[in-house]
Amino acid sequence: MINGVPVQEHYRDASHQFASAKEGIWLFMATEILMFGGLFVGYLIFHMKYPEMFAEGAQFLDWRLGFINTLVLIFSSLTMALGIYFCQINQPKKAVGALAVTILCGAIFMVIKYFEYTHKFHMGIFPGRMLDLEMLNHHLHEMGKPAIVSTNLGMYFGFYFCMSGLHGIHVILGMCMISWCLYRCMRGDFNPNYYTAVEGVGIFWHIIDLVWIFLFPLLYLVG
Amino acid sequence: MLLWILQKLTVVMAQADSFMPTQGTEIAKSVDNLYAFLLVISLVSCVIVIGGMIYFAIKYKRKSANDVTAYITHDTRLEILWSVIPLILFLFVFAWGWVIYHDMRTMPKDALEIHVTGKQWAWTAEYKNGVKSTEVVVPVGRDVRLILAAEDVLHSFYVPSFRLKQDAVPGRYTNLWFHADKLGDFHVFCAEYCGTQHSGMITKLRVVTQEEFDQWLTTESEVSTLPMAQRGAKIFQTRACASCHSVDSPAVKVGPSVYKLFGDTNVELLDGTKVTADENYIRESILNSQAKIVKGFGPRSAMPAFQGQLSEVEVTALIEYIKGLK
Amino acid sequence: MAHAAHGSNYLNAEKGLWSWLTSLDHKRIGILYFISVMSFFLLGGIAALLLRGELFAYNAVDALGKTTGQLLPSADAYNQILTYHGAIMVFMVIIPGIPAILGNIFLPLQIGAKDVAFPKLNLASWYCLMAGASLAMFTMFSTKVDTGWTFYTPYSIKSGTAVTTMVLAAFITGMSSILTGLNFIVTVHKLRCPGMTMWRMPLFVWALYSTAIIQVLATPILAITLLLLAMERTFGVGIFDPKLGGDPVLFQHFFWFYSHPAVYIMILPAMGVISELITTFSKKTIFGYTAIAYSSLGIAAVSFFVWGHHMFVSGQSEFAGIVFSFLTMLVGVPTAIKMFNWVATMYKGSIEFASPMLFALGFLFLFAIGGVTGIMLAVIPVDVHFHDTYFVVAHFHYVMVGGTLMAIMGGFYYWFPKMFGKMYSEFWARMSWVFIFVGFNVTFFPQFILGAMGMPRRYFNYIPAYEPLNRISTMGSWLIAIGFLMALYTIINGLISGAKAPKNPWGSKTLEWEADSPPSVHNFDHEPVVTAGPYEYK
Repeated sequence: MINGVPVQEHYRDASHQFASAKEGIWLFMATEILMFGGLFVGYLIFHMKYPEMFAEGAQFLDWRLGFINTLVLIFSSLTMALGIYFCQINQPKKAVGALAVTILCGAIFMVIKYFEYTHKFHMGIFPGRMLDLEMLNHHLHEMGKPAIVSTNLGMYFGFYFCMSGLHGIHVILGMCMISWCLYRCMRGDFNPNYYTAVEGVGIFWHIIDLVWIFLFPLLYLVG
Repeated sequence: MLLWILQKLTVVMAQADSFMPTQGTEIAKSVDNLYAFLLVISLVSCVIVIGGMIYFAIKYKRKSANDVTAYITHDTRLEILWSVIPLILFLFVFAWGWVIYHDMRTMPKDALEIHVTGKQWAWTAEYKNGVKSTEVVVPVGRDVRLILAAEDVLHSFYVPSFRLKQDAVPGRYTNLWFHADKLGDFHVFCAEYCGTQHSGMITKLRVVTQEEFDQWLTTESEVSTLPMAQRGAKIFQTRACASCHSVDSPAVKVGPSVYKLFGDTNVELLDGTKVTADENYIRESILNSQAKIVKGFGPRSAMPAFQGQLSEVEVTALIEYIKGLK
Repeated sequence: MAHAAHGSNYLNAEKGLWSWLTSLDHKRIGILYFISVMSFFLLGGIAALLLRGELFAYNAVDALGKTTGQLLPSADAYNQILTYHGAIMVFMVIIPGIPAILGNIFLPLQIGAKDVAFPKLNLASWYCLMAGASLAMFTMFSTKVDTGWTFYTPYSIKSGTAVTTMVLAAFITGMSSILTGLNFIVTVHKLRCPGMTMWRMPLFVWALYSTAIIQVLATPILAITLLLLAMERTFGVGIFDPKLGGDPVLFQHFFWFYSHPAVYIMILPAMGVISELITTFSKKTIFGYTAIAYSSLGIAAVSFFVWGHHMFVSGQSEFAGIVFSFLTMLVGVPTAIKMFNWVATMYKGSIEFASPMLFALGFLFLFAIGGVTGIMLAVIPVDVHFHDTYFVVAHFHYVMVGGTLMAIMGGFYYWFPKMFGKMYSEFWARMSWVFIFVGFNVTFFPQFILGAMGMPRRYFNYIPAYEPLNRISTMGSWLIAIGFLMALYTIINGLISGAKAPKNPWGSKTLEWEADSPPSVHNFDHEPVVTAGPYEYK
């Protein structure tokens, strides 16, 4: 321990260790972005190929719910940043509060997602081959809307469920990691010289928000 | 001197080329020329690198633990030289390859079009007049374009003698063309892994004269509309089965008679066992005549094995014909 | 961490299996990788012998269109073993091979660090590999997979075998690869000892660094591709399924976007090892240090833009084919530069034919052949003929086995004294080289000719014309097997009864030789200070 920082013995000092950890986290973020990047490339290719089908699929997504979720995540990014800030200025109690709000925001996001998903399942909307066109048309008929035109609508929802699902898994992982930070924060692990874990999880959380900022228009506002 | 060596090398390489299958098309020849050139420069560069390595290894072998070595960190001129020369060579073969590839991919107009579909684990060629065949029959000296499709998984239509290969992809058409100028039968392999019988997905590409081709197309189209047994009768004639097997009496010609054969529960074999002449027995006897030899013939059957010679449809038609010989 | 007693080293500082399984010491983790990767290699090798055994002779086809194998009961069995051989060798042997074993142990030592940047993550990577490998083994032994290691759609979607678990196994081993790469990049950036500037790093470190960049940037694409394939099989998402308007060829694009750079993940570290071996055993500074370092980075960069050369006949446009062919030519240049530099290093040197150097020379020989045949395959019309034939099989074995595996063996013999503090029997090491080198050429050279003759790869059976060369090839595989058994004997014998190794048995100049043999837990007694480049043989 140097100045309340657990410095591992292969580092010169706390700042050396912190800089290394931060670089590692950014590299890991690069891999996350590239992983989602693969999905985005696939999305763009098929969107160019079947623009009408994508537009037809997007109408089943409620942009208002997506928009609320976007606001929730942006707000959570702010509280996450505050959490790091309070750690830096040695106010662990406020930091705990900020982190708790962040987790809460994540939970709100997931609950809204849950309602979106179950509503779709109810309509017969499943990814790919599992899409129940008959059931969906039946529901559309009851609502007085025209039946589905596209023959391969399942693909749009394949993308929808894969992209938002993978993102959702990351949100849950993020919430777990923030909870871990919150616990350590309450235990008093962090101080102005040592807050690497919060900083790292914070970067992760911002990247997950960023991915959503791209997902929202691509999935909800297309067409 | 250098030119002389290169000349000699080209001769050697041309012989090495002979490992390549017969050249069935003009494009095959141009591919082989490029390949021969590649072999020559590859050999030269291997001689430089490996030869240099062996030469240095022997010349500068360690004599004592206190050997003093030269301190050479780099030589910019040399390094530029051995970066630029390979680059020029690479770009040259790239350009040469481009020219040939462009020919390969430019589909000729007015070509004879044949639809070829791959499915696990056979190729089906379909001609404009509706003839379907498991072999691809094409006329010599004419542009032919194959339009490839796949029913289930990826396959790849590969004719080594034509240096041609193209994947057949489910959900879209791909195509290739050739202008065969050699008569004969050429192997067609499936070159994209497609499951259990991938290695058995072999067929023939038969290059025949225009007259033979026309005749084949007409016969096939007539044959395909005939009832099964009649088709079998025709095959029985064209495949010369009739010259050894009688069909209207139990008399023995060269092989056993097939008259009233089907359903016989008492066919005695060479080793004394008795079998029933059902569909599978007849099928096996056609495709692999050595498997079960009837008593009184042999020890080896004189009949050729028709495995790979007859299509599934043809075998079935033959059996149907034999069934009716009562 | 417990402070080591006087005279102790990383091997004996702590005892017991548990101390190994929880060790954060990069050298111990390297040994863990060594044991696991070598056992995977044994499995993959047995699979290879079975495949070659099956191909020993032509199988006659019986009347019902069935073929009975020479050795294996059916074509399905062959296809499964083929898949296992590919998947094990690629994902569990060659990709982790040099970076995770030799890199783990010698990267920190060569730059004068006490450990890698994230020791816990390092151990986690090993557990990731083991988890992935266990899942893969479980899949192989409890059920079956027959797609080939490339998992091409739509076959991998339709196949009734356990593709999903196999794909997840590959995903998890990929995770291990990412974490190792990430760890190495930060280690190189942050943990160099005083005086160790980037341009004083040994070329092995440069090679690992370039490799790590590819690992971090390419593997995520494999991850998403494999995940999508798993989704495709579970939910029928439709992206690769032509029935839903998806595109099976897109899978190939995604797959090779990772798997081509992955080829360089396999070969770049090998090139780094060779640079070390040639300088040491020529007792001479490397020729063109900067050129070799930059060519590693150059290869890493260009490797991301050549994936389409795996797809010249898969239905991509003519234009795409031309572009990819052109870019592939460009990647040939830095490779050629390295070859010439190594040979030039030997010029006016003092060359000692110790077994590591024999492997290095073997590498140059085999890699030259692998390299020129690679250029042939980059020329499109020639590739159209050779694509998916034994020519390709021979080519990539010359590069991956003749290249990477020769380097692993050479590097392992070279660093053995440092790793274990003991010498091995030079006689048996040389014998293993003879058998591996000769056996390798006997096995794979005939395959070039088979490919030229047109024999497609992944064939359980072939036409009779291909039989003689297949026989020779199979016999060669037995020689390789004997060679590796000898190598195994050399290692075990060295471990048990080897003479005590001095600090620097080869007279090498790089930093790892200043540590004790075997090194102490902290690598160096005092933090080293570097004042010159790595190969100052003056």
